[in-house]
Formats: sequence, C-alpha cells, structure tokens
Amino acid sequence: MLLALLVLAVVAVALAAPVAIRLARVRIDAARAARSAAEERPLDYDPGRERRAEQRARQLLRSCVNDEEWAMYRDLGFIRVEGSHPRGRGRRKGDASQGDTPPYAYLLYPHKPIVAYVPADGRLLSEYCVEFPDLTGGRSRLPASDDMLAKWMALTSDESRVIGQANMHLVGRQLDPARVRRDLWRLSEWERRRAGSTEARRA
Amino acid sequence: MKPGHGEILLSEGDPDVSEDEERLIEEFRRQLDEGMWAAVPTSTPGSGRREALMVRDYADVPRGAERVIFFPRAAGG
Repeated sequence: MLLALLVLAVVAVALAAPVAIRLARVRIDAARAARSAAEERPLDYDPGRERRAEQRARQLLRSCVNDEEWAMYRDLGFIRVEGSHPRGRGRRKGDASQGDTPPYAYLLYPHKPIVAYVPADGRLLSEYCVEFPDLTGGRSRLPASDDMLAKWMALTSDESRVIGQANMHLVGRQLDPARVRRDLWRLSEWERRRAGSTEARRA
Repeated sequence: MKPGHGEILLSEGDPDVSEDEERLIEEFRRQLDEGMWAAVPTSTPGSGRREALMVRDYADVPRGAERVIFFPRAAGG
C-alpha cells in the first residue's frame, strides 16, 4: 500500500513538473523583461514628456494643414490626402469623368500604413508601409501627430518619393479592410454633416 | 521633429541679416547631412488648400517662409 502511494506520488510529480517548469519560466521571463525595461529607462525619465510632445505635435500639425484636414484628424483620427497623379492609380479603363472627385486618394493614420483608395467607389487599392525612423539608432518613435504631419508633408510635397520608399502590400496585411471601409463610411457621413452645417450657417 | 521628443526649435533668425542667415544655412546643412528631410508648409491663397514643399537646398526655401520643418526620411515599414 505504501509502495503504491509512493509510486502514485512520483507519477504525480512527474506529470506536474513540466507545468511547474513552464510557469516558473514565464515568471522569470516577465521579471527579466521588467528589469530590462527599468534599466533602459534613463534616470531622468519624465513620464509626462511623451504627453507634452504629443500636445506640441498636435499644435504643429494644426498650424500646417487646413481647417478641414485638422477637423478630420480631430474628429475621425485620420486625414485624407488626394493623389496628385492626374490619371490616377485606381482608374479603370472606360471610367467616366467623376467631376471634382479625384481618381484616387490616401488615408493617413498615425503609426499605421497609408491606404490608397478610389473615392468614387470606395475601392481599396493598396497599403503603403512607411515609417520615419530614429536616425540616431534609437528605438523612439515620433509622437502620433508628428507621424501624421511627416506623412502629410511627404505626400503633399513629393508623393512619388515617399510611395517609392514605402513597402506596398494589398490592404489587409496590417490594416483590417473592414475597418478601413468603415472609416470611409465615417468620412462620408462626417462630410455630409459638415456640408449640412456649413449650408445652415450660410442660410 | 525628433523621435522621442517631438518638435524642437533648432535655430531661428532673419534671413535678411547675414549673420542670422549663415547660422540658418549651417543648421540646414547639418540637418540634411544627418539624413533628415526638409519641408516648408505652404498655402494657396483663396483656395484654402495647403501642402508642403520639399526642399533639398537652402536656396530652395521660398522667400518669406516662416519655418522649415525637418523630419526623419521615410523608410519602408
């Protein structure tokens, strides 16, 4: 009887050992990660610095883009920029003239790929993965609104250059196509409401 | 625009004053040497449209420009 209990205890320990080892490893890794993060943090680390940098970045962005683009970013979290190539990337053969509608446009998100689409029918064309890396070799990122401004300046000044630098993929690699389509719907609703309020002010 | 810091004022001065202009040119070249891109925000009077002008040389900075913004050059993400 004693021998049977002993054997059972050994079997139980043998079965529990891998689970216990895995749990211990997870805890050790978490402790190491926390220690490493604390060591990487400079002694003069200021937790409010990033928030203040973002506030300054928002002011800078606001001073550069027009009122509509700023309101779009403030309300929706992205900015639309029209493509500058007159024939367009997304225009199909036989497409009728769309009047003032540009043949293609981009949606700019902070720290996410740029999405090219066709405003006339909402067709998603591609996503362009682009970033503005820390040239000093660090791992810091631009504040979100500075990243937006960098994309806006690069696209409105030299679209071919920034698109040439980017990695192009079909939409869906990093961004959820359903979310982008929803953003396009939000944009159209936002523009409709904005146009309505502008007309109401004129009347 | 500097990663981790945001906006930093690098230099300021009146381009019509030669000492100021020398300092501005020196800073402009230093930033481009470090691999930054330089852009000047512009606006089209009457249309409300705004865009940026990428400048590769100090001489390309439009007369009367209030500021030149330097930002890290784009790379594939």
